[in-house]
Amino acid sequence: MGIQNGQVPFAHLINATFGTSLHHFGWTVPAVLAVALTALIMVLLAFLIEKLVLQHLVGQEPIILFMATIGLAYFLEGLGDVMWGADIKALDVGLPQGISDGIEAVTGQWFGYGFFIDRLDLWATLIAAMLVAALVAFAQYTKQGRAMRAVADDHQAAMSVGISLRFIWVMVWSIAGFVALVAGIMWGTKSGVQFSLSLIALKALPVLMLGGFTSIPGAIVGGLIIGVGEKLFEFTIGPMVGGATENWFAYVLALIFLVFRPQGLFGERIIERV
Amino acid sequence: MNAMTQDGYVTADGRQIGPVVMELKNITLRFGGVVAIKDISFDIRQGEIRAIIGPNGAGKSSMLNVISGFYHPQDGQVIFKGQPRPAMKPYQVARLGIARTFQNIALFDGMSVLDNIMTGRLNKMKAGFLSQAIWWGAAEREENENRAAVERIIDFLEIQNIRKTPVGRLPYGLKKRVELARALAAEPNLLLLDEPMAGMNVEEKEDMSRFILSVNDEFGTTICLIEHDMGVVMDLSDRVVVMDYGKKIGDGTPAEVRSNQAVIDAYLGVAHD
Repeated sequence: MGIQNGQVPFAHLINATFGTSLHHFGWTVPAVLAVALTALIMVLLAFLIEKLVLQHLVGQEPIILFMATIGLAYFLEGLGDVMWGADIKALDVGLPQGISDGIEAVTGQWFGYGFFIDRLDLWATLIAAMLVAALVAFAQYTKQGRAMRAVADDHQAAMSVGISLRFIWVMVWSIAGFVALVAGIMWGTKSGVQFSLSLIALKALPVLMLGGFTSIPGAIVGGLIIGVGEKLFEFTIGPMVGGATENWFAYVLALIFLVFRPQGLFGERIIERV
Repeated sequence: MNAMTQDGYVTADGRQIGPVVMELKNITLRFGGVVAIKDISFDIRQGEIRAIIGPNGAGKSSMLNVISGFYHPQDGQVIFKGQPRPAMKPYQVARLGIARTFQNIALFDGMSVLDNIMTGRLNKMKAGFLSQAIWWGAAEREENENRAAVERIIDFLEIQNIRKTPVGRLPYGLKKRVELARALAAEPNLLLLDEPMAGMNVEEKEDMSRFILSVNDEFGTTICLIEHDMGVVMDLSDRVVVMDYGKKIGDGTPAEVRSNQAVIDAYLGVAHD
């Protein structure tokens, strides 16, 4: 987005230091090119992350890797803030927006009143479904997908069958970057590009707890339950408690699951042998 | 053992052993101030079953880790097929055709037995990323070929009935067998087994011994193994290296090693008076 409008990176930092008043380079990059460039930057970022962080954490406990990635997330968010500034920006890469007339007309005939569905939401659903299908197929049926699951499970064993951890990590971070890019475009188009978008990503955790960490169908069903559930909850119970229930509903639901069914809906029950 | 020549020798049971495939020359490995391996040299010949034995903490596993690239010795050379091998990452060593198992089992717990064994063949798959992605042509043929090879190994190790089970649910003895299967799937030149029979009961040990012998016999795989059970080692192996406190104290056929005074002392203890 910064690329698309030709915004100068670190502008206000440079301005504050040198007393200049830089703002934009004064060019506009086509949306397609901007997206492609961003994808390229994501791959570059994957290389850097592997080189600077993950390479030094081979064979460490999962919790250490997890903390390292959380640290990375905050670092990148801070860096982005410094680079482009924290104000909310509009994003338009040419995705269709506005009410879907077709659906309104059809539902209007059936129910007597039309449903208001944003075309952007329809596209987002379609693209998300395609992405999920592609990722599942990749993880289950390709050589690289199998290697990726192997690395996730045991570093030592993965190395012993000839898997390069380095290659897999760069690949995984590139994929993560690509998914983040797609999700970012969707949400950015919908509600503007802002750093609080990362809070939406955090909702993935309750979704995973609900569905079960070891199950991909679980993640999909969990996502649907939380997505529909929090809207219905806000709509029915929300007014009684003063609203804003969407902020916590997912987490409370996950908490309840942790207490009564820690493996989630579809997860595998882990029995520790003593 | 008959006369040892440059080209090999004939074992007591009449198998022809070939030339040296792996030679370790004056290997010294230190962890900080601790010397785990002290100036050890020995070789492994084509087609033989070579054992490394010794009391706990003798440096046997460290030696295996040097061969498989998990540790890098401070001194000495690893010579593979006549070429000095530079310091390599474990995955590069694996790609040379050296497969291994671990003392405390390193399997992919979340994956099925079949998938675990399939990972052993990752390096046999050459199809491009794109044809994999759309599951077409070379990728499909390759997957089927590899699947067939894995099924042969599954039959060979008699684990047909657990193919779809997640490895995490298997009992210990079967996990060891799956780990062996994964190593075999790579069709290695050299197979390294770190205590393949540790913690097994007599029946399981007999099964494992049988598998090790038939791997060697049917595929001609060169095997280097570490084992504690002296009976098993003496029955299985063609030549034995004995280590104690990081040093080599004996090397030869089981019969030679058994009558070696230093080895007897290390195992039974020496009276100090």
